[in-house]
Amino acid sequence: MSVLVFAENFKGLCKKASLEAVFYGNKLASALGQDLHVLTIGEITNLEDLALYGATNIHQISKSSVVDFDSQQFAKAISAQADALEASTVIFAHSAQGKSVAGRVAVRMQAGLVSAVNSIPEISDGFSVGKSLFSGKALAKYQIEGNKRVLTLVGNAVLIEEVSATPNIQDSSIALEESKIKVVKTSTVEGIVPLPEAELVVSAGRGMKGPENWGVIEELADAMGATTACSRPVADADWRPHHEHVGQTGVAIRPNLYIAIGISGAIQHLAGVNNSKVIVVINKDEEAPFFKAADYGIVGDLFDVVPKLTAAYNKVMAN
Amino acid sequence: MKLLVCISKTPETTAKISFSDDGTSFNSDGVQFIMNPYDEWYALVRAVELAESNGGEVTVLHVGESSSDIIIRKALSIGAHKAARVDAVPTSSMFVATQIVNYVKNNPQDIVFFGKETIDYNGAEVGSMVSEMLDLPYISFASKLEKQGDVFHCDRDIEGGIQTVELSPPFAISAAKGMAEQRIPNMKAIMMSKRKPLEVLEPFQVDEKVSISQYNLPPSKSGVKLIDADNMEELVRLLKDVEKVL
Ligand SMILES: Cc1cc2nc3c(=O)[nH]c(=O)nc-3n(C[C@H](O)[C@H](O)[C@H](O)COP(=O)(O)OP(=O)(O)OC[C@H]3O[C@@H](n4cnc5c(N)ncnc54)[C@H](O)[C@@H]3O)c2cc1C
Ligand SMILES: Nc1ncnc2c1ncn2[C@@H]1O[C@H](COP(=O)(O)O)[C@@H](O)[C@H]1O
Repeated sequence: MSVLVFAENFKGLCKKASLEAVFYGNKLASALGQDLHVLTIGEITNLEDLALYGATNIHQISKSSVVDFDSQQFAKAISAQADALEASTVIFAHSAQGKSVAGRVAVRMQAGLVSAVNSIPEISDGFSVGKSLFSGKALAKYQIEGNKRVLTLVGNAVLIEEVSATPNIQDSSIALEESKIKVVKTSTVEGIVPLPEAELVVSAGRGMKGPENWGVIEELADAMGATTACSRPVADADWRPHHEHVGQTGVAIRPNLYIAIGISGAIQHLAGVNNSKVIVVINKDEEAPFFKAADYGIVGDLFDVVPKLTAAYNKVMAN
Repeated sequence: MKLLVCISKTPETTAKISFSDDGTSFNSDGVQFIMNPYDEWYALVRAVELAESNGGEVTVLHVGESSSDIIIRKALSIGAHKAARVDAVPTSSMFVATQIVNYVKNNPQDIVFFGKETIDYNGAEVGSMVSEMLDLPYISFASKLEKQGDVFHCDRDIEGGIQTVELSPPFAISAAKGMAEQRIPNMKAIMMSKRKPLEVLEPFQVDEKVSISQYNLPPSKSGVKLIDADNMEELVRLLKDVEKVL
């Protein structure tokens, strides 16, 4: 029996979400007394990074440089690999790819599926694992019966440490079937860390008064190397692009630091950001609900506070 | 064109979440329920628009008890032509997926729509499971769906960008923001929805593999530390040296 981790291919690279999944899979495999295997599809240039977090056995399906993601095609290949390795557990990152393929793999393997898990499973009494529910308003323990399971791991839930293994890389005997979908166009934003992966996020809301005022936000974000986000009304009014909208109906994020500027802290907004490690709130209204969810707060006019924060950041970090 | 929209029910977004004292069940007393926003605003409205412009029939399918009929009526008032409800408590994603698959096998569809995820159990599980059981292509987190002659073009969210894919029915998709705009039904549509057919079906038994053994409320924040606007250097130092997030 083994634990199989699917490491995603992002333009030829495995990113942090996959390293976390490998690290998590390694912990689980040792607890279960099973071997860890890692599966990749398409050419990947940083396989040695996977090994740093415990990937000893790496299986590569197809070495062609471009393989477009198709959940139907990938599910068949991943579950065939899982069968070949007699996998007890298959682990994905809770990413766009992981979410769309995990259910399919669970069906094929007749496994119990728990998505968005945020802790290492407990295996002393059956198999149970934690996740957060109701957009972060509650936590739950899920119990999985039977001897097969599929998990998707949310980002930033485990703190990865290097364990360092020597990778044994092999070509998988499994071939990809033909895909029934055709990719026409891919557009990715270059140079910025996408919100779901960002560790530092600077976000602003209606308190900005208008899109012409975003300069102060961008200066702070640029200085910090942070990704920008916004509240829903701001995206709805087209002050900012839709992909920046965080919250219950937008993107859910889990950065290390979330700075909320001129955002009141409505519960639907908090739903997408309350898993942030540290929350800083800047608002001129000391009664703003966001302060209740914050770790640090500054009561003041954002047009005064934000430039001061940028200057302070530049000064302190320069030393 | 036959379009099926799977709709789920979730606590209203501002509802206070609580559990039984022993933490084994969700306390629904006094909780208002709504149609899951992704199902309503994005999946359903887009399905209705496609039927309006290309002809076709939109069915909404819900797995739940009769207390959900109010949500089903709302979906009909937004423009679905008919509805079906599988009369059972939706105990798990696998249970729900099996009921949906059973319905589609008896009532073949060109496109099966899901919401991106339910905002209560935050799973994004059902659409993927149904697609596999029906062996359909599945485009998840779609922000645009257009008919182009015989094929469809669909934009999907990928990490850090958007990808356009082309595919032909039958297929399944899950709808995210951008797909459509929320519709507020008018009085006439609300009246008409009462006369639209709602079929009630018996559930299929399912072998459950997953259950929730314990609910908890998250630990509350210890309280905000207020920092003077003129002391931003202190804030940066705290973030750097104490919190270690910079
Ligand atoms: C079903 C549903 C889903 C929703 N989903 C989302 C979601 O995903 N994401 C989301 O964000 N919202 C969502 N909303 C909307 C949400 O309820 C709020 O309306 C929204 O978050 C408010 O945005 P805001 O904080 O930018 O604006 P406001 O509530 O108007 O707050 C502006 C804040 O700026 C402060 N301010 C003003 N001027 C200044 C200044 N000069 N300096 C400092 N502070 C200032 C004010 O004190 C105020 O607190 C949803 C609503 C519903 C019903
Ligand atoms: N009880 C239900 N009845 C019908 N459709 C459902 C039900 N639960 C979930 N769905 C559909 O599956 C999608 C994903 O749900 P989930 O996997 O719970 O995140 C939802 O957005 C709905 O479209």
